[in-house]
Amino acid sequence: MAVITVLAVLCVIPFHMGLSRVDTATVFFISVILAVSYRLITTTGDWGFAHIIFQGVGAYAAALLGKHAGIPFIVMVPLAGLVTALVGAIVMYPMLRTKGFGFFITSFAFGELIRMIWVKVKDPFGGVGGIINIPMPELFGLKLFSLVNYYFACMVFMVVSVFIMWRIDRSRIANAWKAIHTDDMLAECMGVNVARYRTLAFTVGCFFAGIAGALVAYRLGSIDPHNFNINEMVYLVIWVVIGGAATFWGPLIGVTLLTVVFELSRELEEWRPMMFGGILIMFLIFLPGGIESLLPALRRPPSEHYARFRKWLTTLRPG
Amino acid sequence: MDLDTFVQTLLNSIQTSSVYALVAVGLAMAFGVMKMANFAHGEFYMIGAYVLYQVYQLWGLNFWIGVVVAIPVVALLGVATERVIFRNTGANILAGFMATVGLGFVLQVAALQIWGHGLMKRIDTPYMGAAEIGDAHVGWQRLIIIPCAIAMLIALRWFLYNVKLGKALRACAQDPETASLQGIKVRNMTMLAMAIAGASAGLAGALMAPVAAITPYMGHHIVIIAFIVIVVGGTASVGGAVVAAIILGFIHTFVTTLVDSTTAAMVGVGIMALTLVVRPQGLLGRETP
Repeated sequence: MAVITVLAVLCVIPFHMGLSRVDTATVFFISVILAVSYRLITTTGDWGFAHIIFQGVGAYAAALLGKHAGIPFIVMVPLAGLVTALVGAIVMYPMLRTKGFGFFITSFAFGELIRMIWVKVKDPFGGVGGIINIPMPELFGLKLFSLVNYYFACMVFMVVSVFIMWRIDRSRIANAWKAIHTDDMLAECMGVNVARYRTLAFTVGCFFAGIAGALVAYRLGSIDPHNFNINEMVYLVIWVVIGGAATFWGPLIGVTLLTVVFELSRELEEWRPMMFGGILIMFLIFLPGGIESLLPALRRPPSEHYARFRKWLTTLRPG
Repeated sequence: MDLDTFVQTLLNSIQTSSVYALVAVGLAMAFGVMKMANFAHGEFYMIGAYVLYQVYQLWGLNFWIGVVVAIPVVALLGVATERVIFRNTGANILAGFMATVGLGFVLQVAALQIWGHGLMKRIDTPYMGAAEIGDAHVGWQRLIIIPCAIAMLIALRWFLYNVKLGKALRACAQDPETASLQGIKVRNMTMLAMAIAGASAGLAGALMAPVAAITPYMGHHIVIIAFIVIVVGGTASVGGAVVAAIILGFIHTFVTTLVDSTTAAMVGVGIMALTLVVRPQGLLGRETP
């Protein structure tokens, strides 16, 4: 019921706000796909640092397909997702040997390698300049160049993607993923093929990252390697950490809240990284479970929180 | 490549290796003692450069005073990081890493606000001129980095193997529980490790300040290289970090001279990826990250 209300509101608002706001909302939809798909990979315990790069793979795939092959938009976006999933599956193969922090840093290395290829290879990736003049697609005769039309296209893709990921999160597959996260040895003993399930999670996550990438490529009209750098990845991590990754809704809360904070802090632009960095540190110290763990935390007696705060204070004292 | 270019590239490689070693040694030490990865290490380096800029360029004091001031300032920053962040994120290495990513952002904005905007800060070179070997020219300012780095590394080695406190530090890196049973205060040792990490990063930043472009984002590039170095050398191994720094410094400089810097960066991350997949414990490390 709540979902239907939110959707109804989302259908009405683009007609009642400025075009820049509509664009912000479009970016928000893309961010939602990205954050939810990132969280899907982390359910196996594989915290990567290259999700933005896979969004980039999708964006490059969509841009190249859009320029050189006249495929309709509705086919193009999932196709870009498939290309990304393929690249993800290939990259995941060597990364299966690592886990925990090793996985994190290995994914960063492979991600940077992919990004360097974009910078280095002029044909077809365009080097530092990237790909410009990506032709704007049509969908069922509607020009997606119009911001409002594109808003709806992104919204539909967001809703469908999130719904599919929500179904996956409630399926048996996701149970196997969570079992791997809890104890991979035990999961293996219970007959879960750990390597295959981890690859599956990574591939599915990459598929949706690719969809987000394709949507971002057509929103910008031109892409370059700089769009997918480490700073963007850090913001993605901040969304998921602050929202919390334990439940499906955590990243959604994180993206929504931080998009609002981001928009409100428009005048303090140069202080923004400090603000977000500070928020991240505070959350990791005082509320490591993210906002989704706030309600259970509030149910605990205040004395417990006071004890935690006291414990933190003692770490500041000398000796 | 003719002989003069070769000699010049060789000297540049040694200088690059020195800086890599200085920065990576601190990172490896912190990793060894705390099992924590500090992404703000690059920002420590950046703050070191800014401290030198403040003391030498703005206050007009001697260059070496600037270097000597930068070391304790950044060491204190390291101690504060240990106190405020690593002690509270517990054993979760990813949480510690992400918190220091946030700290990096905080320090970047702080530097931007304290020392102002503008593309980069110019520093008058205290040591003008260049050494000429054949037709190869290498600026004195770059050459003096090499003995400084070597002196710091020898001092560190002497401290770790000949001083009681250094031995205690190594004991903590090997096995914190057993070390605490011997009466070693592990918390003090983690603070000491972070102080040494900050000191070496501060020294590297101060020495590089006259030859590098000083911006709030200068640490970004160096911290990635430092991570490549410690992964290749073995994340918790100080000796491995030095060896890997020399190898990567040479590869990086030669590939940059022969091909271009993008290829050099690609080779760097490629080596790191290969190490993690084929030999996760690194060249000299004992444990996998």
